[in-house]
Amino acid sequence: MIEPREQAAPPAPGSSEPANGTVPPPIRRIALDRQPTVALPPSQDAVAIANTSDRSLAAARRPARGVAGPERMRIEGLNVYYGNNHVVKNVSLPIRQGEVLALIGPSGCGKTTLLRTLNRLTELTSSARRDGMITLDGSDIDSLEVTEHRRRVSMVFQQPNPFPMSVFDNVAYALREQGAKRPKKKVLEPYVIEALQRAGLYDEVSSNLDHPALRLSGGQQQRLCIARALAARPEVLLMDEPCSALDPKSTNVIEELIVELRKDLAIVIVTHNLQQAYRVGDHVAFMYLGDLVEYGQTDALFDNPKAARTRDYIGGAFG
Amino acid sequence: MSVPTRMPAPMPPLPPLPLPRSPGGRKGKSPKKKQVNESISTWRLTDRIGYVMMWAAGLMLCAIGIGILVYMAFKGVQYLRPSLIFSSPTAEIDQSKSGGFFDPLIGTVLITLIGIIIATPIAIFAATWIVEYGRPTWLARLIDSGIEIIAGTPDIVIALFGLVLFQQGIFGWMSFTATGGAVFGRSFLTAGAMMSLIALPMVFAATREGLQSIPAHVREASYALGKTKAATIRRVLLPSVKANISTGAALGMGRIAGDTAIIVVLLGASLTLDPEGDVPGLNLLKGTGGTLTSYVYNNSPAGEGNAPQKAYAAAFVLLLIVLALNFAVDRIARSGAKTGLETSRLGAR
Ligand SMILES: Nc1ncnc2c1ncn2[C@@H]1O[C@H](COP(=O)(O)OP(=O)(O)OP(=O)(O)O)[C@@H](O)[C@H]1O
Ligand SMILES: [Mg+2]
Repeated sequence: MIEPREQAAPPAPGSSEPANGTVPPPIRRIALDRQPTVALPPSQDAVAIANTSDRSLAAARRPARGVAGPERMRIEGLNVYYGNNHVVKNVSLPIRQGEVLALIGPSGCGKTTLLRTLNRLTELTSSARRDGMITLDGSDIDSLEVTEHRRRVSMVFQQPNPFPMSVFDNVAYALREQGAKRPKKKVLEPYVIEALQRAGLYDEVSSNLDHPALRLSGGQQQRLCIARALAARPEVLLMDEPCSALDPKSTNVIEELIVELRKDLAIVIVTHNLQQAYRVGDHVAFMYLGDLVEYGQTDALFDNPKAARTRDYIGGAFG
Repeated sequence: MSVPTRMPAPMPPLPPLPLPRSPGGRKGKSPKKKQVNESISTWRLTDRIGYVMMWAAGLMLCAIGIGILVYMAFKGVQYLRPSLIFSSPTAEIDQSKSGGFFDPLIGTVLITLIGIIIATPIAIFAATWIVEYGRPTWLARLIDSGIEIIAGTPDIVIALFGLVLFQQGIFGWMSFTATGGAVFGRSFLTAGAMMSLIALPMVFAATREGLQSIPAHVREASYALGKTKAATIRRVLLPSVKANISTGAALGMGRIAGDTAIIVVLLGASLTLDPEGDVPGLNLLKGTGGTLTSYVYNNSPAGEGNAPQKAYAAAFVLLLIVLALNFAVDRIARSGAKTGLETSRLGAR
């Protein structure tokens, strides 16, 4: 059992921490004074074997599988429609803390739509409808205030999309509560730096945090977007093909980061790269034309797929 | 745990691309500098004529622009004296005694500021509403055409409309009210309010264009962080169109500074500033006056003052003000490029 995030630091003696397996109290808002719940990534990175195409090497470098923690989100009988187009069909999935859920499937099968539904971004599309139940820590996501929900379930997009402002402001923007008095730059600085460090970007931008974010490289921009998403201390991190625009080195940095982050977050990653799904995923869900065809442990699904469709799809990639 | 043994076969290397060959075979140049240099002698006659006409049009505009500038600079420098700028005009037939154009200069600055201060927020609100909300659609279309009508209305019509409007009793506080209760309707406030209509379409168009060029994923990124629409507009969208807004505002200010019809009809086009009432500051705004444009008109051979030398000097100063505003537009656009805020790059990725 992985320790719930509140126990990341050794609990004080006699504290009334919940027993293993109970859901830790969710974080309702951005608490600037909270201790970081995520350890800094190790400074030495395994870039050397980043671009290996040898699956045995890739598998070897993958850290031990995460241990399934408490279930943070649950999808139950989810259907999403764009107009008359039934895009996600009766999907049920658990999303657990402490592990990475990799979503795979051919283009157009509804992976992005599923992620956007979890973040309630589909509500911005007027033609989109959904039914079925999604819960976050046991409560229906529709009962939550949408902005609060999106803070707890953060999303990183396929295209790096930093805001047209400085590196610092990009991260600080995520930290600032709207409406309330805006914290000073000095107050925010340590949190911004910490978020940048967690995303493995700080060393590259530390000399000039006022650098316009749009002048960073694609990989740096994506890591900035991850830093931005992490700064708000989400409980669930949704990543939609975060590495599709990146070079192997940046991809490796981000994969390391994902594996590192899963201790404290529930992570869902959409990827077209099956080897990436294999490297970072603890569970894999295979979708096809909106259906969830197969869901299972990564090893089991890749080595011994049950459905013929999964076998075909995986076979196409791994030979 | 078993690991599949077969891996995807590596792609065969692509054949090398053929090197581009430049026609005309410029020899002795390094291949990097090779460029396609087609000769127009191979073009069809109509294409050649069109090409020459494009050149001619460009050159002609250049010549006209430079001509105006050089002529005005020549005349202006010839007649412009510091004393002209710093002394108030007086109504004298004799040119040597009729003073300078300090008051009209202040008038120009004042009316420009009033106009732009009124126009900018309204234009920003309208543009933001249209781009970010825009529902119901018929209302958005209505607002759009409303602004188009304003942009297309000749300034003299705007001026006449303003005069009728501001002579209504409820606007009495904006200008001089005679003892009988008749409202004069002419003042810096009323003229400035109408001037804002001249600048508004420019600020509106610039802001709208800027907002529209921000790709949807920037907004989504903000929503995905749990930000409200209002916060997104205030903290992300409007800051990133700052350069557009400033450009529109500077262009609008240029238009205001150069307008004459509204000055003549709504400001009185008097030589000096004539404050109204005894509240300092407000009396200036409620009072009438003139600007450089009306001063130039009055002193040109067409006007009553008939002091062409002073008209030239004032016109030169006016030209400098408008050129400075245009220069500012340029600088703003370029400073946007420096901070990475320019909207063209937003869509680049
Ligand atoms: N905004 C939208 N309006 C209407 N239809 C949409 C919209 N977005 C996606 N779709 C449709 O929904 C289906 C699923 O799209 P989705 O983006 O979820 O696929 P995906 O699995 O993420 O594909 P890819 O791997 O190519 O990113 C597609 O058929 C697409 O045409
Ligand atoms: Mg997608």
